[in-house]
Amino acid sequence: MHVPIEYFLVLSAFMFITGVAGVLTRRNAIVIFMSVELMLNSANLTLVTFSSYIGNPVGQLFVFFVMTVAAAEAAVGLAIIIALFRNKQTMNVDEINILKW
Amino acid sequence: MLYSIEEFYSILPFIILSTGILISVLIEMYSSKSEKILPWFSIIIFSAAGFYSLLTVNSMSVIMQGMLQTGGIPNIFHFVFNFGAAITCLLSVDYIKKYGAFFGEYYILIQISVLGMMCMAGAKDLFMIFIGLEVMSVSFYALAGMNRKRLNANEASLKYFLLGAFATGFVVYGIALIYGAAHSTSIDVITASFPAMSGNVIFLAGVLLFLIGFSFKIAAFPFHMWVPDVYQGSATTIAGLFSTGGKAAAFSAIIASLAPLFAGSVHVFMPYLAVISVLSMLFGSIVAISQNNIKRMLAYSSIAHAGYMIIGLAAGNHAGIAGIVFYLTAYTFMNLGAFGIVSLIEGNGETNLDLNSYAGLSEKNPMLALLLSVFMFALAGLPPFAGFFGKYYVFISAVKGNITWLAIVGVISSAISVYFYIRIVVLMYFRDSQSGFTIKNSSAGMLAVIISFMLVILLGIIPGSVINLISSFLN
Repeated sequence: MHVPIEYFLVLSAFMFITGVAGVLTRRNAIVIFMSVELMLNSANLTLVTFSSYIGNPVGQLFVFFVMTVAAAEAAVGLAIIIALFRNKQTMNVDEINILKW
Repeated sequence: MLYSIEEFYSILPFIILSTGILISVLIEMYSSKSEKILPWFSIIIFSAAGFYSLLTVNSMSVIMQGMLQTGGIPNIFHFVFNFGAAITCLLSVDYIKKYGAFFGEYYILIQISVLGMMCMAGAKDLFMIFIGLEVMSVSFYALAGMNRKRLNANEASLKYFLLGAFATGFVVYGIALIYGAAHSTSIDVITASFPAMSGNVIFLAGVLLFLIGFSFKIAAFPFHMWVPDVYQGSATTIAGLFSTGGKAAAFSAIIASLAPLFAGSVHVFMPYLAVISVLSMLFGSIVAISQNNIKRMLAYSSIAHAGYMIIGLAAGNHAGIAGIVFYLTAYTFMNLGAFGIVSLIEGNGETNLDLNSYAGLSEKNPMLALLLSVFMFALAGLPPFAGFFGKYYVFISAVKGNITWLAIVGVISSAISVYFYIRIVVLMYFRDSQSGFTIKNSSAGMLAVIISFMLVILLGIIPGSVINLISSFLN
C-alpha cells in the first residue's frame, strides 16, 4: 500500500511554513539563513514527491539545480556574514542598523 | 547534440557574453592592470551583444530544445540589459576609485549578472527562469558588498542576501507546486493547460508564491523593505544597475512565464496585482517626500515605478505588456542617468549625498544641473520625455482592461511624486550653494550620462514607432 501523496505535501508545506516563520522571527543571521535553506529543502521534497507520483523525471532533475544553487548561495552568503562579522563582531540583525532597516 | 547554424546565430549574444566572462577572468588573473582594461573590455562585450540583439530583433525562434526563446520581446530586453550594464561600466570607470572598490572582479560580476538577466528574459522553461534568477541574484549579493571594508556595504549586502534568498525560497516552492499541477516545467505546456487549471488550488497557490517571490525582486510594496537600505549602502553605480537591470529582469521573467495567464478571460490574480500596485505607488511616492538622502529618495521612487508597471500586468492585455516593456526601457535609461549624476557628484567616502548638496548646482556645474533636471522631469512623467509615454501607455492599457480606477490612482500618485522630483530642480536652480565641495571631472561618467540623456530624448521623440515594434511581437 502506497503512502498517499498528501502526506508528503503536508510535510513539505509544514517545512516551508517553519522556514518562513524562522526567517521572520529569528534574529541571528546564520539561523535566518538556515531557515531559508529549510524553505529550499521543502521545495525539493515537493519536487521529488510530484516527480515520483507523476512518473516524470524533470522534478528530480530540478532538485539537483536547486541544490547547486543553494550551495552557491551558501558560499556567497557565508562570505558576506564573515565580512560583516569582521567589521562589527555581531550576528544579530537587530544590531546591524546603521541604515534604517 | 547537433545544432543548426541558425540556432548558433540566435544565441550569439549569450555566446559573446559567456566568452567575454571567461576572457575577463583570464585578464583579471594574468594582468596587473585589469582594473583599467576590464571596464572597456566589458563595454565592448555589452555593446556587441546589445547591438546584435537589436539587429536580430525580427528573427524569432525557440532554441535549445524548447528552453530559450530569441527574437521579439526577449531581444528588446537583451538590448536594455546590455546597454544598461554598458552605461554602468562607463560610470564606474572613475567612480569605483572614489568608492574604494577598485577591483577587476567588479566588472566580471556585472557581466555574469547580465548573463543571468538574459536567461530570464528569454526563458521558455521554468528551469531557465530559476537559473537566470539565481545567476543574477548571487552576483548582485556580491556586488552590493563589493567594498568589504565599509560597514554600510556589508550591511546592504547582508540585507539583500537574506531577503533575496528568502524570495528565492518562495519562487522555488511556487515552481514546485506549478510543476506538480501542470506535470511539466515547460512554459508552453503550462500555458496550454491554464484553462483546465483555473480552479486547481495547488496551481493557483504555486503561481501566487511565484509572484510573491518576484514581488521581492521588482521591489513592490509589502516586499520592498530591503530596497532603500541596499541602494543606500551599495555603490551608487551598482544601485543604478539593481534598480534598472534587476527590476527589468524580474519583469521580463514574469512576462515570459505568466503573461498568457493574465491575458485569460478569468484573471484571478488581478486583485493581488491591483493591491500591490496601488500600495507601491502611493507608499513609494509619499515616503520619498520625507527622504533627505538622494539615493534613498531614488529607491522609494523606484518602488513607486514598480507600482506603475504592475498596472500593466493587472490589465493583462497586450497593450499592458507592450506598455511595461516600453516603460522599463525608458525607466532604465532615465534612472541610470539620475544615478549616474549622483555618482558623479558623490565625493570620497560616500559624501555629498544629502539633498542639500544639490543646492546651487546650476552655478557650480550648469551642464550636470541641466541633465539632472531632464532626468527628474522624465522620472516624474512630464511630457515630452520618455517617462511620460511609459506611464501613458500603461495607464491606457488599464483603461482598455476595464480597471480605470487603477489608472486614476496612478495619475494621483504621479501628481504626488512630481513634488519630490521638482524639489531637486528647485534646489539646483533657486537656492544658493551651502557647501563648497568641488565636483571631480570624469569624462567617461559624463559620456555615460549623455548617452542615457540622448536615449531618454529619443524615446520621447519616437515613442509611437517603438511601441508599434513591441506590439507587433505580441500579436
